[in-house]
Amino acid sequence: MSERGTLRLKTGLAEMLKGGVIMDVTDADQAKIAEDAGATAVMALERVPSDIRRDGGVARMSDPLMIRAIQKAVSIPVMAKVRIGHFVEAQILETLNVDFIDESEVLTPADEKFHIDKHAFKVPFVCGCRNLGEALRRISEGAAMIRTKGEAGSGDIVEAVRHIRAVVSGVKRLTMLGDEELMTEAKDLGAPYELLRMVAKEGKLPVPNFSAGGIATPADAALVMQLGAEAVFVGSGIFKSEDPSARAKAIVKAATHYRDPEILAQVSEGIGQAMRGIDVAKLPEAELLQTRGW
Amino acid sequence: MAGSTAGSPRIGLLALQGAYDAHGRLLRRLGADTTEVRLPAQLNEVDALVLPGGESTTLLKLIDAFVFEEALRAFVQSGRPVLATCMGVILLAENVTNPPQRSFGLLPVDVERNSYGRQVESFEAQATFAGETFDLVFIRAPRITRTGPEVETLLTYENDPVLVRHGNILAATFHPELSDCTAIHGQFIEMASRISKPNHAGTGK
Repeated sequence: MSERGTLRLKTGLAEMLKGGVIMDVTDADQAKIAEDAGATAVMALERVPSDIRRDGGVARMSDPLMIRAIQKAVSIPVMAKVRIGHFVEAQILETLNVDFIDESEVLTPADEKFHIDKHAFKVPFVCGCRNLGEALRRISEGAAMIRTKGEAGSGDIVEAVRHIRAVVSGVKRLTMLGDEELMTEAKDLGAPYELLRMVAKEGKLPVPNFSAGGIATPADAALVMQLGAEAVFVGSGIFKSEDPSARAKAIVKAATHYRDPEILAQVSEGIGQAMRGIDVAKLPEAELLQTRGW
Repeated sequence: MAGSTAGSPRIGLLALQGAYDAHGRLLRRLGADTTEVRLPAQLNEVDALVLPGGESTTLLKLIDAFVFEEALRAFVQSGRPVLATCMGVILLAENVTNPPQRSFGLLPVDVERNSYGRQVESFEAQATFAGETFDLVFIRAPRITRTGPEVETLLTYENDPVLVRHGNILAATFHPELSDCTAIHGQFIEMASRISKPNHAGTGK
């Protein structure tokens, strides 16, 4: 007797990815570069977030042909993105045997009200969040991994920092509340009471918590990890930089030695220009990706 | 350096990448003293070592970048206990396939990576080990395709060895750290206790 698609298998794969770097790639060649640099997984997508931002239009799930080519090119896990609420794109990706699905605000949302029922799938999902309430809603829907959203394609770390701090301090706060305060906290956060009680008791989320959205340097990766992220996603930050391979290798080393400033100094040396980036404070509200989903 | 109570073993978790924290949580629950190992010199401070699951291609890059190979080989050959799971087994094996990959050849087994398929093929099963029902959690798991004559098979699943012992090495292709069953980690702590001496901490080799 054997069983597939259990929550333990889903969060288990996320456990295996801890301390690592998941890199956005748009073709098999980039996937190879990412694997050779030490990525723990690749995220297959047609355009990196900074290009989606530049080009505008509707961003959708990638062409299955491109996902298959990437699966053939590397032996590490391959993830891919679906639009928020687009459960048919998710059904397709499950059929393609991707290892993780990202229900992502980087793509144009398909549903403004409902996220995907992730319990209905055997493949694990990762979802973005900006605070503890959003994290707990996604976990209740079946997400096996949470990543703080940051602001994708910006190369500006400020939002990633805001979001990981919000989640970490939200969890800390729960552990200090009295039992009688938890129901009101659940109501205020818009989060399920039972899950919130569990987090209050354990002092941590029940699934791994990674960081995304704006990481462009080894120091950025180490910053969010010192703040409590257990691994990082790097999107535009690698393949929009001057020397993607050198930068990818440096960020991989930084994710392991995130508490060692001497090593961080060494790996930050001579890796070329980072992506140019956009100051998020100057972005009009309507261009923010992080406000997609609820 | 200090912190380990006399006689209780200090267990190192190779923390370059992977599920080291899941092993740490379980070992601490059983009363063990654990510490994360990120640099080769830190191996001198531990009595036993966990090589956790994770991505073996990533691990090999980090082993090279931080010059870990020689120290890891010396550690395994020193006879101190090693618990290798999933990626750890791939690292120690003699031959690795799917695709072929460099390995240390310290455990006389051959291993096929991702042998059961991609994540949707990952599975849970049950087996009896040391008198308790054990949850076997296989995640993009490798399969041991050959064992040397001196390797002891402790547990099989559908005729494949999934838990083996070779001298000081205990190796599982599944993830005991993700189950509530503690027998394997308990046995590992026992192996480590036999080797640990009082006042060992910080004394080097």
